[in-house]
Amino acid sequence: MTDATTPAAEPAIVVSDLHVSYRTTMERRPTLRKAIVRLGRHERTVRTVDALKGLSFEVPRGSVLGVIGRNGAGKSTLMRTMAGILPPTKGRVEVVGRTSTLLSLGVGFNKDLSGRENIVLGALAAGLTRAEIDERYDDIAAFADIGEFIDMPIRSYSAGMTSRLAFSVAVHQNPDILLIDEALSTGDAAFKERANAKMKEMVAQASTMVLISHALASVRTLCDECIWLDHGELVMHGPPDDVIRAYVHKLKVTESAVVMEDL
Amino acid sequence: MPTAPGPAAAPGAPADVRERHVYEPTSSRLTTDRHYWRELWERRHFALELSRAEMDATHSNTAFGRLWLLLNPVLTASVYFLLVVIIGGGRKGPDYFVHLLGALFAFHLLQGAMTAGSQTIVGGGKLVLNTSFPLLLLPLSAMRTAVSKFLPTLIIFFAFFSYFALFAPKSDANTLHFSVVQLMAIPAFGLLVVFTAGMTLLMATAQVYFRDVSNFLPYVTRMWMYLSPVLYFAWQMKPWMLKFEIFNPIFAILAVWGETLVRGDFGLPSWWLMAVAWAFGTFAIGLVVFRAKEREFPVRL
Ligand SMILES: Nc1ncnc2c1ncn2[C@@H]1O[C@H](COP(=O)(O)OP(=O)(O)OP(=O)(O)O)[C@@H](O)[C@H]1O
Ligand SMILES: [Mg+2]
Repeated sequence: MTDATTPAAEPAIVVSDLHVSYRTTMERRPTLRKAIVRLGRHERTVRTVDALKGLSFEVPRGSVLGVIGRNGAGKSTLMRTMAGILPPTKGRVEVVGRTSTLLSLGVGFNKDLSGRENIVLGALAAGLTRAEIDERYDDIAAFADIGEFIDMPIRSYSAGMTSRLAFSVAVHQNPDILLIDEALSTGDAAFKERANAKMKEMVAQASTMVLISHALASVRTLCDECIWLDHGELVMHGPPDDVIRAYVHKLKVTESAVVMEDL
Repeated sequence: MPTAPGPAAAPGAPADVRERHVYEPTSSRLTTDRHYWRELWERRHFALELSRAEMDATHSNTAFGRLWLLLNPVLTASVYFLLVVIIGGGRKGPDYFVHLLGALFAFHLLQGAMTAGSQTIVGGGKLVLNTSFPLLLLPLSAMRTAVSKFLPTLIIFFAFFSYFALFAPKSDANTLHFSVVQLMAIPAFGLLVVFTAGMTLLMATAQVYFRDVSNFLPYVTRMWMYLSPVLYFAWQMKPWMLKFEIFNPIFAILAVWGETLVRGDFGLPSWWLMAVAWAFGTFAIGLVVFRAKEREFPVRL
């Protein structure tokens, strides 16, 4: 733990001995037909993937935590658990405050609806009232800055346009805790700059933030603390500079890791 | 879903609303979670807005699209009329035709909601994976869409009904008349909606685990329709067949719907009892199954 904020600050997120497993079927597409065919044979087709294996850490209020690690390390899983989307298999997560999630997939869940409708629906699902949405809609649209595409179906968006929209919706919910999963990886340079500025502004307002990124440079500049996950375990927790140095060092010595990173 | 809701006693915290959520592996994730219902209520506008946006996107935002909501039931009714009355060649008159309309539209409400409901969780992919909200809102939204599509069909129904009841000559085959008892069709419709909601929840859950449920659905529902008093009257059924209809969940509901709406007859009290039992029983089972599995949905998508 570092002293990122005042010592008296109550942690915004407490993760204790967190285990999360996915239960996935071996079948590409589980169907009733296959289930019936299988009945007589007593085959087990459910496989458990242990994505997180006993993590414990705290995020102080008002600080920014960076999460780094290889593909498949369990970063997104951690984020979804903190957002209350995935249930822990064991252990517990305690979150104080209103969270807003921005995961790599972003908004735009219904490709046939327009950007405008997706903004409204995403915000309603996240718990904003109609009045709050009416009040913030113009800001959201202006920040996303995607022009007349706002009234076109999401289907016609580029990846970067979708992520602009997603980011804009997430930061305009005035969350106490903002969870960001690689949202900026597809934004262009201008948008990244604007997003970074917005995030700094939010941190200044004592919002707590968890930032997953493969862009180590932005983790270094934005975060107060950093954790490094590998195969669902916490390898290191400390100041970003130290953790990133250790992580990069590890990547260089393990050749397979470098290969993994390229995938 | 959070298990310990409510504002936390954060000493010295700023005046903003603080929420404390604790996420744990709980086994007691049945319908007792008060926080869940509060969130569901607070986000009800999401279900409404989703249903409205989807209806607009599919048909209703063009003049023809809106007309289609009326035209579709007319065409369906014509097909069955042609099939059963003209080609079938029975001496079936207005009574039969109007009954057919009422029962067919009611059944289509069920069929439509089940079909749409089966896609709600599986089709809600990104939202389900990335936002923490009561997933029950998704099938409920599909329910709302199905009911909105049903209501215009009542216009068609009453257009025919009024014509035969007020202007057409009365005969053995046309005993249609307006009556106060027809108001009992409103609670009957309520039972249909409750039952349909239960089935929608079951289909939404089933589709997550068996991705071919929606492929079977058209055949299953059609067979179900033929076994139910849609193409014939409940009172026309042979006594031995009626015995088995206790096990047909939709039988009693369609029976009281048809008797009250078309014949202005209260129907048998035992039918009402059965209808209430099936409607609320199915809804309860659907709700419990959905809530028990809901937390697992994001892991399974
Ligand atoms: N829906 C799922 N079903 C089964 N296993 C899954 C599912 N989602 C993720 N996993 C597994 O859980 C582990 C952690 O995945 P996760 O998505 O959290 O990784 P990540 O750190 O976010 O990776 P990336 O950097 O590629 O985003 C991986 O081994 C992955 O295979
Ligand atoms: Mg990820």
